[in-house]
Amino acid sequence: MPLASYAVILSAILFGLGALGFVFKRNIIAIFMSIELMLNAVNLSFVAFSRLRFLLEGQVFVFFVIVVAAAEAAVGMGIILQVARNRQSLNFERIDLLKL
Amino acid sequence: MMSVLENAWIIPALPLAGSAINGLFGRRFAQKTVTAVAVGSTTLAFLASLTLIAEFWKLAPAQIPVIRSFFPWIVAGNFRVDFALQIDQLTIIMLLVVTGVGWLIHIYSVGYMAHEGGYYRFFSYLNLFMFFMLVLVMGANFGLMFVGWEGVGLCSYLLIGFFFLKKSAADAGKKAFVVNRVGDFGFLLGLFFIFKTFGTLDIHTVLARVAELPVETAGIGTITAIGLLLFVGAAGKSAQVPLYVWLPDAMEGPTPVSALIHAATMVTAGVYMVARSNVIYVHAPFAMKVVAVVGCFTAFFAATIGLVQTDIKRVLAYSTVSQLGYMFLACGVGAFSAGIFHLMTHAFFKALLFLAAGSVIHALGGEQDMRNMGGLRGPIRATFLTMLAATLAIAGCPGFSGFFSKDEILWQAYSSPYGNWALWLVAVVTALLTAFYMFRLIFLTFFGAPRYDEHHVHVHESGRPMLIPLIVLAVFSVIGGWMAAPSLFGGKNHFEEFLQPVFAHAEEMRAQLSPGAPHSLEFPLMLLAIAVAAIGFFAAWWMYVRKPQAADEVAGKLAAPYSLLAHKYYVDELYDAAIVHPIQWISTFVLWKGVDAAGIDGTVNGVAQLARDLGQEARQVQSGNGRTYASWLVMGAAAVTLLFLWLGH
Repeated sequence: MPLASYAVILSAILFGLGALGFVFKRNIIAIFMSIELMLNAVNLSFVAFSRLRFLLEGQVFVFFVIVVAAAEAAVGMGIILQVARNRQSLNFERIDLLKL
Repeated sequence: MMSVLENAWIIPALPLAGSAINGLFGRRFAQKTVTAVAVGSTTLAFLASLTLIAEFWKLAPAQIPVIRSFFPWIVAGNFRVDFALQIDQLTIIMLLVVTGVGWLIHIYSVGYMAHEGGYYRFFSYLNLFMFFMLVLVMGANFGLMFVGWEGVGLCSYLLIGFFFLKKSAADAGKKAFVVNRVGDFGFLLGLFFIFKTFGTLDIHTVLARVAELPVETAGIGTITAIGLLLFVGAAGKSAQVPLYVWLPDAMEGPTPVSALIHAATMVTAGVYMVARSNVIYVHAPFAMKVVAVVGCFTAFFAATIGLVQTDIKRVLAYSTVSQLGYMFLACGVGAFSAGIFHLMTHAFFKALLFLAAGSVIHALGGEQDMRNMGGLRGPIRATFLTMLAATLAIAGCPGFSGFFSKDEILWQAYSSPYGNWALWLVAVVTALLTAFYMFRLIFLTFFGAPRYDEHHVHVHESGRPMLIPLIVLAVFSVIGGWMAAPSLFGGKNHFEEFLQPVFAHAEEMRAQLSPGAPHSLEFPLMLLAIAVAAIGFFAAWWMYVRKPQAADEVAGKLAAPYSLLAHKYYVDELYDAAIVHPIQWISTFVLWKGVDAAGIDGTVNGVAQLARDLGQEARQVQSGNGRTYASWLVMGAAAVTLLFLWLGH
């Protein structure tokens, strides 16, 4: 089995962990980090498939994802900062103003 | 100098301008200004008509009719209606009646309406009425005639309901409008038929084309259908059975309005239209027979109702219906000029009767019930004398205008190839009834002991603006018939001769038929008619002057017929039960509560309710809880992934 195949499996595990963290974590920053983890898992699979198929596009995509993730991180951190400031808490369960 | 004949549009334009000025700005004018605008514009219209007649007189017969188109009004494909006016002998007669009598009524109204509210409004409507009537009689095509036709209907609605705060007046206005609409519908269908058949609405062209067609002797062909449909319109406008019901109720309007509607305008429109379409009718003998029979029946029917009415204006209203029946009888037996002649004399004496009745009502401070009048011949002498002149005219007293016109109609009903003795007999009986109810009115109002409250009612003669029109009309009621008189003495009937070109074709068609009764019969029949009128007079005199209690005795003995007449044959009740109530029921329970409330509103509200219910369920998904959203997101992603796996690459 080529090395890249292990990378794909690792990527799937990382993505699953990220998804679980995204659903079950309480701290917003932890959730945020889970999202980043999922993104990087996808990046890893991109690179792995690129290697397996000898195609360059997958690696190009990784750059795009990194750029988007950076932008998203900036916006996301800004929002989280405001939430933390206004509510003195980072507990995701308590952000429920939109509730019925 | 500008020729009025070439610019005939000026005649209808003048009252229209008067109406517009008073209608738009009259509220801010002083009463005098309103009077000046309204009476001034009608005076000018009358003078313009006289000038036009003077010019008309000089024309050679070949130049008549004068048809002038001023601008195209409707152009759509091959359908074209111009604003075109037609001047011929018939138009001249109608112009004189409309502007002349209308003008006198305007003057009278100045006195009558002086203390009523809405003075400017009244005169604005009155002028508008004259405008539409002039358009009706001058229009050179059926389209323009229809404009006038609808216009006078509108104005009658406005004027009858003039005292709109009074429910009965507002109802009467609506009734007039709705009943007229029924007739107008027939008229409109007739116009469609004409356009479909001849491709034009131009009266002159249509009549010329009809004249070339054979006479429809058997069955109902196109021309007969047109004739009948036009007559439906005429029956609505000219108050014939079964559409006469609006006219007696039209008494709710101010009295000058009754005079205008009943004498100079509106109700004469139907007779005018039938006479104008004479070629159509002589080519459709069946339609003509219908006209004659309906006219004859209406004359008799309305006269019987008039016998027992106690409201002075209602008696006159039924008398109008009855006299209009005479006019249609004349048209129906092919004597169109006799019909128009009666139209003209009737315009004089009926306008006079209404205006005099208005003067009586005015003198008694608003009393209209003849049972509360009596003995007025002394206090209001001028009114009494003028009204007596009109009564003699309508009753057919020899020498007065109504005598000549009515006698001509009776004779034609008997002698015309289209007529027969039955029509004549009914018409003669009607003449008897006419004499009776008119003298009953005179005796109840002016003779006997006063029955009004002498201590509280200050009886006063009307002022000069009201009396002068009465006197002028009285003069015409007396002498107006003499222009047709010489025929009785073997000479020429000037009126008929004047109108001859208009009815030339009808006369021709008539001459082809076998002649009716010999001329030697005319004189005996005339004597009979005079005798009949005299009987009516003496019967009224006996019952209301000689033995005042006789009337009640007769009413007591003939209780059933009396109450039938007093309730106007229950026709209003019948219409209520057969037409009005079912329509109201359907409107309320089917159209309103069924279609509108349940159907349309139900659909609209139902859709809204459905959206609301769905939203209520669907918003549960939007819990506002971030974790739930995150779960949905992951589950969605998982679902997409599974979908791709399931599809297999």
